[in-house]
Amino acid sequence: MRNTRIATRLGALALVLAQILAQPGGAQSFTIDKDTWFGAPQARQTLEIIATADTELFAPVINAYIAQNPDLRIRYSEAPSIDTHIAITEAGAQFDLVISSAMDLQIKLANDGFAAPIAPSGAESLPDWARWRDLVFSVAQEPAVLIVHDSVLRAGHAIPRSRHDLIDLLRENPQMFDGRIGTYDPVTSGVGYMFATQDARATDSFWRLSEVLGRLNARLFCCSFDMLEAVRAGELLMAYNVIGSYAATHLDADDPVHLIELQDYTLTLLRTALVPINARAPQQGVDFLSFMLSEQGRRLIAEAARLPPVDVLEFLNAPHLRPIQLDPGLLTGLDQQIRQQFLNEWTAAMEQP
Amino acid sequence: MFSGQPRSLRRSLAIQLVVLAAVLAIGLYLAVLYSAQRASQATMDAILGAATLSMASNLRATDQGVRIDLSPSTLSMLSATGQERLFYRFAIDGQVLSGYQDLPVLALPSPAVTPVFYDGSYRGAELRLATVSRALMLDGTLTPVQVIVGHTRDGQRRIAAQLAQNAAIFGLLLFLLSIPLSLVSAGNLLRPIRTIAQAVGRRGAHDLRPVRQPAPTELLPLVGALNAFIARLKAAFHHTETFLAEAAHHIRTPLATLRSEGELLLRTTEDDSQRQHIRRMIRSADECARSAGQLLEHATILYRAEQLEQTEIDLRTLTARMVERFRTIAEMREMSFTLSLPDTACPIQADQVLLEAALRNLLDNAIKYAPSETDIHVTLTQPGTGYRLCVRDHGPGIGGVPTAQLVRRFQRGLAAEHIVGAGLGLTIVQEVAETLGGSFSITDATGGGACATLELPQG
Repeated sequence: MRNTRIATRLGALALVLAQILAQPGGAQSFTIDKDTWFGAPQARQTLEIIATADTELFAPVINAYIAQNPDLRIRYSEAPSIDTHIAITEAGAQFDLVISSAMDLQIKLANDGFAAPIAPSGAESLPDWARWRDLVFSVAQEPAVLIVHDSVLRAGHAIPRSRHDLIDLLRENPQMFDGRIGTYDPVTSGVGYMFATQDARATDSFWRLSEVLGRLNARLFCCSFDMLEAVRAGELLMAYNVIGSYAATHLDADDPVHLIELQDYTLTLLRTALVPINARAPQQGVDFLSFMLSEQGRRLIAEAARLPPVDVLEFLNAPHLRPIQLDPGLLTGLDQQIRQQFLNEWTAAMEQP
Repeated sequence: MFSGQPRSLRRSLAIQLVVLAAVLAIGLYLAVLYSAQRASQATMDAILGAATLSMASNLRATDQGVRIDLSPSTLSMLSATGQERLFYRFAIDGQVLSGYQDLPVLALPSPAVTPVFYDGSYRGAELRLATVSRALMLDGTLTPVQVIVGHTRDGQRRIAAQLAQNAAIFGLLLFLLSIPLSLVSAGNLLRPIRTIAQAVGRRGAHDLRPVRQPAPTELLPLVGALNAFIARLKAAFHHTETFLAEAAHHIRTPLATLRSEGELLLRTTEDDSQRQHIRRMIRSADECARSAGQLLEHATILYRAEQLEQTEIDLRTLTARMVERFRTIAEMREMSFTLSLPDTACPIQADQVLLEAALRNLLDNAIKYAPSETDIHVTLTQPGTGYRLCVRDHGPGIGGVPTAQLVRRFQRGLAAEHIVGAGLGLTIVQEVAETLGGSFSITDATGGGACATLELPQG
C-alpha cells in the first residue's frame, strides 16, 4: 500500500519539480499560507517579506524594527519554500526580502540571477561559510536534532549519542519503536530532502538508518512542528532530523522531550536572506537585513525568535556541528534527474521487506 | 626665433623623464594585468575542464536511459575561487536531459576526450564554459551525450585586477619618485653649463681671457666656440685701441709743434684781429691735444684692464697725493681743496695706474667745471667693507642728466660748452670703477654743484 502511495507522490513531485526547473512556461501560481501586516496602516513606507518561518517566530523582530521605524509597515507572507521559489521566479511576485531555510533554493535563486547584490551592514562579521557572494546572507544557524520522548529513557535505554547508537537502539527494540518513530518526508519537504541528501553525503550509516526506519514503518512528516507535537503527545517516541530551534520555541520546560545533538555529526541549517532583483523597495529589504545582522537584531533573533544567530564560536565549541555548505554544490540536489535517482534509492531503502 | 619664455633644458629633460616613467608605470600595469589574467585563466580552465570531464565520465547508460551522477563536491569546487555562479547542462542532440536548457552552446559539436572552452553570456553573467561529449550505448546505438559546464570568473578577475593594481601602485610610486630624481639629475647634468656661465658672468668688463673652466666633452664645442669668439673680439678690440693710441700719439706731436709755432706767431704779430685768430687756433690745438691725451689715456686704461696688475695701495695716501698734485692748478683758478680723510690707512687691492687715472680725471673735471673762487670737497669714507670717494664741486651741476648718459664716450654735460675736453674723462672713471669691481655715479648735490661718487671694494 505504501508502495503505491510513494509512487503517486513521486509522480506528483516530479511534475512540480519539472515546473520549477523548466525555464520557460507561463506564470505559475503559488500559495501563501499566511499574510500578516505589521505597523501603522497609514505608514508611508512598505517592506514586503516572504519567508518560510512561522509568522510568530519573526513577529518580535519585526515589531522591534517597526518601533524604530514608525513610518514603515511590513507585510510578512508565510509560504512553503517551493512556493517561495515559484513566487520569485515563475510568478514574478515582488518582495523586498526572502528569508528561507531552504538553502538549496536560496542558492539557486542567487545563482540563476534572481538575487540583487547588496551590502548590508554587519555582513562583514559573517564568516565565509555563512554567506554566498554579496547575494545570500545567513541570519540564523539551526541544528537538526534527534528528539526523544522521556519514556524511552524510563524504559531503561541510554540516550543514543550517534547514528550508530540510534541504529542499534532501533534494531534491538523493533516492537517498541514500530510505527512510533518519525522523520521528514524528503518527497514533500524541501528541508527534509536537503537533510537526507546531506546525510547521504556525510555518512554511509544513512542508508542503513533508512532501511531500519523503513522496516519500523517510520511515519513521514512535512514539518518539524508536526513531529514535535507528535512526540510531545507521546504518539512518537523519537523523531529524527527535527529543526532544533522549533523544538526550543515550542517546548515547555516540563515537556517529557529531550533534544539530542548526535555527536558523530549534527547538520546545521543556515536560514538565509536575500533581496530579489525585482524588489519594489530593495533598500528596505537591505535595511531590515542589516537590522537582523546587527547586535540588537541578533539578540532579538536569539531571545525572542529563539533561533540561534550565526556564531562562529558555537562551531569551535561544538565540533560535531556541521554547517551545510552554502554554495552551488547544493544545486545538484535540485537537479531533476539527480533528485529522482536519490528519491528512488531512498524509497527502495525504506521499502526493504 | 623663440617667442615668449625661453625653453628650459632642465625642464624639458625632467618632463621627458617623467613621461617615460609614466609610460613605464602604465606598461607595468597592463603587462601584469595581462599575464595575471592569462595565468589564472589557464589554471581555472584546467579546473573547469577536469570538472567537465569528471561529470562526463560519471554518465552511465541504463535501461531507463542516461543516468547522471552529479557530485556536489565538483560543483562546490567550481564555485569555490570567487564564489562563482555555476551552470551546467546535459543534452543529447540538443534535447536537454538535465540542467539549464538555454545555456550558450558551441556551433560545432562538442568534442570527445578533450574539453573545448569558450566564453558566453547567460542570465546577466559573463561565463567561461567548457564542453565535452561522451558516447553512451543507448537502445543499441552509440549516442554522444553533450556536457556543458560554465561558471563566472569574478574571483579570477578580482585577483588579476588586484595584482595589476598592486603593480600600478608600485609603478605610480616609481613614477612619483622619478619626478624629484629626474629634476636632480637634470640639474646635475646641466651644472657645468651653469658653472661656465657664472665664471664668464663674473668677469670684469674688459676681461677677455679665454674660458679655462673644465667642461664635459659635450660642452667642449660650445666652450671652444666661445673662446674663439673671445679671441676674435680681443684681436679686434686690440686693433682699435692700438690704432687709437697711435693716432693720438701721432696727432699730439704735430699739435705741439703747431702750438709753439702759433705762440711764436702771436708774439710777432701786432694786428689785433690776426692775434685773435691765432689765439683761437692755439686754443683749438690745446683742445685737440687734450683730446688726444684722453684718447691715449683711455686706450691705456683699456689695455691695463685686460692685464690687471693688482698691488696693495693705500687709498688715503694716494688721494692726498693726487689732491696735492692738483692744488697748484686749482690755485691758479683761485679754487681751493677741502680734503677729508679717515684717520687710518685705507688699504686696497687695485691697479695703481687705473686708480690714479680715475682720481686724476675726477679732480680735473671738478676744477674744470666749477667756477673760480669756489671750494672743492674731496671726502674719503669707509662705509662697510669698501671705500667711497666723493668729489663735490660748486659748479652748475649736471642738470639731472643720468650718470649713464654722462659717462658715454664723447658725451659732454650741459655746462661743458666753453671748456676744453673730449668728453672721455667720466668714461675713464666709469671704466676704472667697473674694472676694479666698483661703481661710479654723478648727481646734482643739494645746494648746487655736482657730486661725483666713486665706490670701490677693498680687494
